[in-house]
Amino acid sequence: MESKVLMKGNEAIGEGAIRAGCQAYFGYPITPQTELLEYMSHWMIELGRVFVQAESEIAAINMCYGAAAAGARVMTSSSSPGISLKQEGISYMAGAELPCVIVNVVRGGPGLGNIAPAQGDYFQATKGGGHGDYRLLVLAPASVQEAMDLTSLAFDLADKYRNPVMLLADGLIGQVMEPVHLHDWTPQFVAKPWALTGAAGREKNVIKSIYLQPEKMEPHVQHLQRKYAQMRSDEVRYAEMMVADADIVLVAYGTASRVCQTALKLARSEGLRVGLFRPISLFPFPIQQISDLAKSAKMFLVAELSSGQMVEDVRLAAAGKVPVHLVSRLGGMQLTPEEVLVAIKELGGNEGGAN
Amino acid sequence: MHEDIVLSGFGGQGVMFAGQLLAYAGLREGKHVAWVPSYGPEMRGGTAHVTVVVSDEEIGSLIVAHPTVAVVMNLPSFERFVPAVKPGGLLIVNSSLIAETVDRDDILTLRVPANDISLELGNDRLANMVMVGALLASRPVVSKESVVESLKKILPERRQRLLEINEQAMQRGIECSSPSRSSAQLTD
Amino acid sequence: MKVERTEIESRQSWREEIVYQRPKALSTTRTHYCPGCTHGIIHRLIAEVIDELGIMEQTIGVFPVGCAVFGYDYFNFDASEAAHGRAPAVATGIKRIYPDKMVFTYQGDGDLAAIGTTEIVHAAARGENITTIFVNNAIYGMTGGQMAPTTLPGQRTTSTWQGRDVAIAGHPVKVSEMLATQDGAVYIARTAVNSPANVNRAKGAIKKAFKVQQAKLGFALVEVLSACPVGWGLAPKEALVWITEHMIPSYPLGEFKATDEVKAIVG
Repeated sequence: MESKVLMKGNEAIGEGAIRAGCQAYFGYPITPQTELLEYMSHWMIELGRVFVQAESEIAAINMCYGAAAAGARVMTSSSSPGISLKQEGISYMAGAELPCVIVNVVRGGPGLGNIAPAQGDYFQATKGGGHGDYRLLVLAPASVQEAMDLTSLAFDLADKYRNPVMLLADGLIGQVMEPVHLHDWTPQFVAKPWALTGAAGREKNVIKSIYLQPEKMEPHVQHLQRKYAQMRSDEVRYAEMMVADADIVLVAYGTASRVCQTALKLARSEGLRVGLFRPISLFPFPIQQISDLAKSAKMFLVAELSSGQMVEDVRLAAAGKVPVHLVSRLGGMQLTPEEVLVAIKELGGNEGGAN
Repeated sequence: MHEDIVLSGFGGQGVMFAGQLLAYAGLREGKHVAWVPSYGPEMRGGTAHVTVVVSDEEIGSLIVAHPTVAVVMNLPSFERFVPAVKPGGLLIVNSSLIAETVDRDDILTLRVPANDISLELGNDRLANMVMVGALLASRPVVSKESVVESLKKILPERRQRLLEINEQAMQRGIECSSPSRSSAQLTD
Repeated sequence: MKVERTEIESRQSWREEIVYQRPKALSTTRTHYCPGCTHGIIHRLIAEVIDELGIMEQTIGVFPVGCAVFGYDYFNFDASEAAHGRAPAVATGIKRIYPDKMVFTYQGDGDLAAIGTTEIVHAAARGENITTIFVNNAIYGMTGGQMAPTTLPGQRTTSTWQGRDVAIAGHPVKVSEMLATQDGAVYIARTAVNSPANVNRAKGAIKKAFKVQQAKLGFALVEVLSACPVGWGLAPKEALVWITEHMIPSYPLGEFKATDEVKAIVG
């Protein structure tokens, strides 16, 4: 028997952070991520690291800003409405090039919405969210194991790029308990000569995102864009299932991809040639891989727990070569494998291909 | 083997805990498991439910619309999950609290007076363990030994003394599922 | 030539005693402040205190949005910009990582008493071991003279043309009085920089507030009533008189809180 432990996704994220050398966590309670705050409140203090329950999500992200400016590995977590509040700080951190891990355990929205699992924050996570010309590196776990592994990875990537990294989970990934292999992560620490440590024996360091003269701001933003370009070339992550002979390729991330995994099995058991493509990095988005699949597949069927956000990126990547369809539920309602199977059949999957 | 098991009842009836026991037991046996809770306001006094998936294969969907087994501990759970059970599936009803009859003939129904048995054992908090026993006897997704080992693992230190009575409750549940016992009633 | 100069130097050696010079902690960057603005005085007081305490190499300043947003350019120690109102949270993050560094925030009234009220109240309540210099000039300076939370009743601003009408715009926020009620705050003082005597008192309070942090006693804040001649539509000298005649009656000077521990250690 492999030595695994049962953990909630939220706890696994906390454990992944701790194993990656997270030195400070700042958070604020909100369902369905509160177990993460509770887990950190226990273990960070037990380990002599920094834990502060902040007065608001805004304060929490700004505490991250401060601790990251001081050179520490930092994390905050929240759920959709709380992540909206953090956008100001996220934009500042991207502008000031501060590494930070931000966890969004997405719930139903907009507004206060509800606490059910959803995927309506895809645009916010991958297209900006806050103001200005910046990107986050966005990773989407589809299991509790991956929630832990990607959280640890997120710390390394945040340091590598001096950029905030978002873990885009959802209420189900946060709440579900699954067996987890506790990895031994070797953090890829990098030197941070830019950090605020007190100007002893060196020139003073300044952390800022303000460049009042456009002539100075433009090169700064261009520098940021070069980092995003490097992410696009080096940090694309994805998983595939039975795509080689697939006529219909399902595209889904997170919880929706798990639903599709079962739908795929149901479809294959009926002799339908269906595959599954699962983006793990949502930014950078696996454009090339989808473009390549568009050569062999007859169509894409995107499954999302939103009105269709990632589907826009799939359409861009498919570039009109094959049709891109959407099956979705909204407002915290859950897609079932049966619903996805019905969609597959309606698209002609029962005839072994598109028409 | 792949079972999607829903356990549902009032907050405080121990369905979350019973679900965890099954998940831990499955993990102990090297099976793929997932424990999917309902959460939030639902947990504060209302009816709560948990889905436990136990499988020999990697688990896909965590969303289960039609469970293969439903363990219902109170009337609201009965009303919600009776129509949901997959045809050919198993329904285990806490007959101490639910008098209603099942109007489906495509599922197997097992009636277990879980609260009465719990009280007979001198502790009113064991109904969940009685139901776990009944479940294991009808659908051996995990072994009784694994559940007992898991119980040892997850019961906090101060509750370890309750191990034996929990085991007894489970045993009574197992016996209940046998059609020869008068306290249980099998219909199909 | 050489001999001659030596003679002059020796004859005039009494002149060599330095009585006034730029503090080491103050950079040579020319500030962007308007004529008659007293931010410069307050910057200098902070720099003098940091020099006198010998803490320049351990100091990290946090400068949020407002007239002092470029504060990081005017000092010779590590500094971070912060979003509007969030300096206490940013300072909390830094201080929790480096409990032995000297971390301070430099905040205006709009920043601290409007958009950042939550952050400052909770930093004080937590007893966050940081120092806050709160510059109260009763107006939004950087955006061109709008009503601030500390604008006085009747005071004209570009967003209170007829003077602040409390029936419409509410009452001024009394920051020092409010924060003194927090158990985590151990030293709270209000000072002004409208006269040489008050400037000296302000420096004394700032020094105490940094010593409080050095001694790890808790949260310390010094409010400084400061002139904004351009925002107030007054000449620089008139602005100093306006502080005396209008601000101080509404914002009385003095120590609002100094715990026994503070008194024992820093006087």
